[in-house]
Amino acid sequence: MYNIVSAIFLAENIKKIEIKAPRIAKKRKAGQFVMIRVSENGERIPLTIADSDPEKGTVTIIVQGMGKSTIELNGKEAGETIHDIVGPLGTPSHIEKFGTAVSIGGGVGTAIAYPTAVALKKAGNYVITINGARTKDLVILENEMKAVSDEAYITTDDGSYGFHGFVTQKLQELIDSGRTIDYVLAIGPIPMMRAVAEVTRPYGIPTVVSLNPVMVDGTGMCGGCRVTVENEIRFACVDGPEFDAHKVDFKNLSDRNRMYLGEERQSSETASHKCRIGHQQ
Amino acid sequence: MDPKPMTTKERLAIPRQAMPAQDPKERIHNFREVNLGYTPELAQQEAMRCIQCKDPVCIKGCPVNIKIDRFIKLVAEGNFLGAAKKIKEDNVLPAICGRVCPQEDQCEKVCVLTKKYTPVAIGNLERFVADYEREQGKIELPDVKPASGKKVAVIGSGPAGLSCANDLARLGHSVTVFEALHELGGVLMYGIPEFRLPKDIVKTEIEGMKKLGVKFVTNTVVGRSVTIDELMGEEHFDAIFIGVGAGLPWFMGIPGENLLGVYSANEFLTRVNLMKAYDFPRSDTPVFDCRGKNVAVFGGGNTAMDAVRTAKRLGAEHAYIVYRRSEAEMPARAEEIHNAKEEGIEFLLLMNPVEFTGNEEQWLTGVKCIRMELGEPDESGRRKPVPVKGSEFLLPVDMAVISIGNGSNPLIRQTTPDIEVSKRDTIVVDINTMATSKEAVYAGGDIVTGGATVILAMGAGRTAARAIHEKLTGTAPNFNEW
Ligand SMILES: Cc1cc2nc3c(=O)[nH]c(=O)nc-3n(C[C@H](O)[C@H](O)[C@H](O)COP(=O)(O)OP(=O)(O)OC[C@H]3O[C@@H](n4cnc5c(N)ncnc54)[C@H](O)[C@@H]3O)c2cc1C
Ligand SMILES: Cc1cc2nc3c(=O)[nH]c(=O)nc-3n(C[C@H](O)[C@H](O)[C@H](O)COP(=O)(O)OP(=O)(O)OC[C@H]3O[C@@H](n4cnc5c(N)ncnc54)[C@H](O)[C@@H]3O)c2cc1C
Ligand code: SF4
Ligand code: SF4
Ligand code: FES
Repeated sequence: MYNIVSAIFLAENIKKIEIKAPRIAKKRKAGQFVMIRVSENGERIPLTIADSDPEKGTVTIIVQGMGKSTIELNGKEAGETIHDIVGPLGTPSHIEKFGTAVSIGGGVGTAIAYPTAVALKKAGNYVITINGARTKDLVILENEMKAVSDEAYITTDDGSYGFHGFVTQKLQELIDSGRTIDYVLAIGPIPMMRAVAEVTRPYGIPTVVSLNPVMVDGTGMCGGCRVTVENEIRFACVDGPEFDAHKVDFKNLSDRNRMYLGEERQSSETASHKCRIGHQQ
Repeated sequence: MDPKPMTTKERLAIPRQAMPAQDPKERIHNFREVNLGYTPELAQQEAMRCIQCKDPVCIKGCPVNIKIDRFIKLVAEGNFLGAAKKIKEDNVLPAICGRVCPQEDQCEKVCVLTKKYTPVAIGNLERFVADYEREQGKIELPDVKPASGKKVAVIGSGPAGLSCANDLARLGHSVTVFEALHELGGVLMYGIPEFRLPKDIVKTEIEGMKKLGVKFVTNTVVGRSVTIDELMGEEHFDAIFIGVGAGLPWFMGIPGENLLGVYSANEFLTRVNLMKAYDFPRSDTPVFDCRGKNVAVFGGGNTAMDAVRTAKRLGAEHAYIVYRRSEAEMPARAEEIHNAKEEGIEFLLLMNPVEFTGNEEQWLTGVKCIRMELGEPDESGRRKPVPVKGSEFLLPVDMAVISIGNGSNPLIRQTTPDIEVSKRDTIVVDINTMATSKEAVYAGGDIVTGGATVILAMGAGRTAARAIHEKLTGTAPNFNEW
């Protein structure tokens, strides 16, 4: 059992949770994740380490309620516990002084991009961040992102805040303005990452994406997280989750992520059914 | 009770006692253990068959040299607890080995009765004795030597790690086992299914070790959560044993392997065993819904048998084993092949997949196979299968499980480059001590041999424990005193 030190909603359905896990807090590097099992019969789900405090011995995750496990996790409050947490997993982000680095986050992907943006800044890069959300209320980590950016942009699909449009349009604008961009990191929904890869491909800008296949163990034992990169099988949990965006087979990734669609629905329905029964009592 | 004085002739006249088992028609609908175990009467009857050879060759067939003749004599005398004690001098996990050892290739293969009669059912007797002791609640905590003040870290809680930890704890060392997963036991928990090895047995063994003082730390991936150098430095461990197994599934590299519905055996079995997917949606982890579907498992080892029988139990209409050699070459335990056949598993032998086919939505629909014939023997001495030209055909399947073996996980090797590894990425050790190229670091089990057996892993754990004890104290332990 691991204690939850704090838990606050950043936006509707998106919660920031700080968990006591001293070993992980001490070791983790940008780009790494943990596997969490919320309860006894829970799934093992991967979540990026957004931040850590080695002194306090805590790690912070930012979770978007998507289905059974993440909604259950988002229901937890400070003082409660989670069953298991293991990490830090995955290969840390490759950080160096590239020059001008653009970090793009879509939706909860912003939380995943945040620690890497911090590391890029520390390494002496000129950091530009572009954070996209569907609408104003879903923008997260605005102040944190601003604090690590030399330039920070927000885009919303509906124009309710910041730039009206997609993150890719903003990126294209920056490229068109003739500035040199040496490195792009894009994390978010698969269609977004694929679109960013297509924007930067013609210019040969090194672009990295963080992939989110379905995982089970997170240690390289099951092969369930396999992704196709340059026509080769790679295990995202040990070889990744970050890969060269121009070499990733996004189609295969999005196909494979549909594998348990039916079951996920069933699992959520069973869970919400249980909740309703609970309310009636 | 004295054994009836019996002549050898009388003993030889007793037929080998069959193991009572669940009816195949029934057991394919549940995950309960297939074999039900001997009754005391059956066990004694079977033990009577042992002619108590002057030179008990069976012992040499057992990788950990259990004193087989002596424990069987105790069974024949009805002294089951004494027999359990005798076995445990050499093997800490008899309830497990009795169930999963490939006896027909080890102890029972060399039993003198094998040539002319049928061998003594050594595995069944071992299992009976261990079960008897556990079920009577008579597992005695063994003696523990006075504290040595030395700290040893064991990495991985599979059979290699467990046996090493157990011996070291008894020798008085402070032992901490670090396990990557949330559950202890390694392949015994996440790989081998309940119907072959009830998880309660593994749990009981581990509880016993906790009582001996072994500390278990789950959710810790050595190489990620902490490195070997950190364990030896900041955390002051005096020696390390690496028993991380062979857990990196191989794929076949044929087209369509990433279609939806294609699993590695590790993933399929982990979902079902460790994550309890058979109980979905009461447990949260799903697995392919096999009900009424056709499932093909590629491979001929124990893992393949476990996967295909699991699929059958999850409701598969047709569950196939597709194997590129013939049955004689199958590495699986003979008993499991027999049980699988009884359960209606269909064996497609001398057949190799060349391509998976899928529908527009990328779900698996079939597998194109080619027939094989056996040619000249290869390096392993088994006749090498060669494809028969033009014999391709399409087998319609909805789910496929690839079970062609495992390589070794890269995490330790990447973070501890001063441990020498072979070309196959297994850890190189001195087989007499299990010492690696790194000072005070030992390794054993599948990470050294590649995928092998439970008993070999346990034997390696003990060899390492012996060497570690010698290194830490300067004296060799005497396990025979136990
Ligand atoms: C390396 C990595 C880092 C991640 N970091 C974060 C993060 O920081 N914050 C965040 O909110 N989400 C993150 N995710 C996604 C998160 O793991 C999934 O949203 C979560 O597993 C969904 O589980 P569920 O039961 O709530 O939803 P479900 O209803 O089960 O599934 C919803 C979606 O999540 C995917 N999914 C389901 N189970 C898994 C699984 N075991 N592994 C991976 N994906 C799965 C499904 O494909 C589906 O698209 C990350 C994923 C990966 C691989
Ligand atoms: C499905 C299946 C069926 C089998 N059936 C039989 C059978 O019938 N008879 C038989 O004799 N053998 C059988 N085997 C083989 C046998 O199980 C193995 O040879 C044996 O388990 C090897 O033991 P081990 O201790 O070396 O490794 P494992 O049992 O693999 O245990 C290794 C442990 O280390 C953990 N680990 C890995 N990396 C790390 C890390 N970096 N940090 C911390 N922990 C880590 C793993 O999570 C695991 O718990 C079977 C194997 C499988 C997969
Ligand atoms: S441990 Fe295995 S090989 Fe040894 S006697 Fe028992 S069943 Fe036979
Ligand atoms: S070889 Fe067979 S008959 Fe002889 S002692 Fe061993 S088990 Fe008994
Ligand atoms: S999640 Fe199992 S190998 Fe990556």
